Amino acid sequence: MNLTTALARLLIFPGLLFAVPAAWFLLWVERKAVARMQGRIGPPFMQPFFDFIKLLGKSMPPRSGIGGLLMRAWPLIALSAAAGAVGLLPVLPASGGFQGDLILLLALLELPSMCIIAAGFSSGSIFGEIGSAREAVLSVSYNIVFLLAILSIAASQHTFSLAALAQLPASPLRWLGIAAILVCLPAKLHINPFSLPNAEQEIYSGPMTEYAGPELALWELSHGLEWVAATGLVATLIAPAFTLAWVAALIFVALSFAIVLLLSVVAAATARLQIDTTVRFYWQCTLIFAVLAVASALFMRLRA
Amino acid sequence: MNLWNKLMCYSRRHSPWLFHMNGGSCNGCDIELIASLTPRYDAEQLGVRLEGSPRHADILCITGPVTHNATNAIKTVYGQVCGPKAVVAIGSCPASTNVFIDSRTLEGPLNKHIPVDVFVPGCPPRPDAIILGIAKAAEILAERAAKKLPIEPVVMPLIGPGCGGACACGTSTEAKTEEVTQ
Repeated sequence: MNLTTALARLLIFPGLLFAVPAAWFLLWVERKAVARMQGRIGPPFMQPFFDFIKLLGKSMPPRSGIGGLLMRAWPLIALSAAAGAVGLLPVLPASGGFQGDLILLLALLELPSMCIIAAGFSSGSIFGEIGSAREAVLSVSYNIVFLLAILSIAASQHTFSLAALAQLPASPLRWLGIAAILVCLPAKLHINPFSLPNAEQEIYSGPMTEYAGPELALWELSHGLEWVAATGLVATLIAPAFTLAWVAALIFVALSFAIVLLLSVVAAATARLQIDTTVRFYWQCTLIFAVLAVASALFMRLRA
Repeated sequence: MNLWNKLMCYSRRHSPWLFHMNGGSCNGCDIELIASLTPRYDAEQLGVRLEGSPRHADILCITGPVTHNATNAIKTVYGQVCGPKAVVAIGSCPASTNVFIDSRTLEGPLNKHIPVDVFVPGCPPRPDAIILGIAKAAEILAERAAKKLPIEPVVMPLIGPGCGGACACGTSTEAKTEEVTQ
């Protein structure tokens, strides 16, 4: 029973069978929302799916040696990490089996951006290297805030377990942590105020410059799964606990949709910041609040 | 043709990603290409995306009369685009070198160097003409990939001022009424 439920979670809901169409759907919502904000009509509903199929049918440039092998491997690692992160989300009420915790989820969420950094450097393209350096700087800046926010949530609720966090009612401190995570999401998903690594008007496509065909399709899909996992994390933290499985699933999908809309509207309304402004934003403005959140969480825990 | 090939053909027609390259253009056609992505024309409805890297692109959009300096760059970028691919020559310059004809700095026209699929005439062409050309190129690309057809250049009809009433833009009738009132 435990094994079957665990497998069902990883493969069906919220795992691959749900997550892949959801990734395409969220990518479409993002593009459509940006288009509507700009007064355009935007791409048709099936667009990310067509893009994926078309990319699968394209040829790839020849790659040789260890560098070529690594370039083939990075998108696969990124994709499997993102899919694993989605599979871990505690959407449905707990029913035994492997559950994982916040730390594993954070590691899996971080792996795709590590892969992007490595991919840019192993591609040997100057634009890829600049993009990777930017991604590395960005990741050092937002991850401090992101980790502190998660830490404050875990400290305020006395647990690192995802299932327990999803069941507990949200305390005021958790809302502070959720706000801090939301501030970090645009940088994690490379969208507009912080779209530095893939700044296409400056450095072509950044780390993705040398990728083509099926490899690029895997990158697009892993980016979509990152959307599902990152918005899903916030959705599970916000969503009230329900014992009925289908109600919980429905609320999860609706909340993810709302968060994607919010992020896309922010992306369409802002311009790209400079790299030093971005770093200053995270280290000077946001870090103070994250530290305050952790401090008050620990203080409340000492008093309790 | 089985189901997978049909799906692939449909996807290729509905997801043309562009790489835009300036082969010594005066920037007029480049502006019109960007205008075709703006809210008034919105080529993204057809799945068009302007890509930063030629590796990602399906359709190479080249403007300009192909100057001496641009020749090698055009050949390199054409090689970097992964197949199946198509080339759209935007404006009259890549087709005929236009008013720059016989200049000693030019190596044009474009089809001396790379095979061109669609010519979009005009100086500069209107954004609707460019979108029409891109849609045609996507169709050609999908058909050619499925059936292994040889490359045959297509010249798109002129749209806008100077079309002589060949299209539905209405400019010729407007011009006539202006003459009458004057």
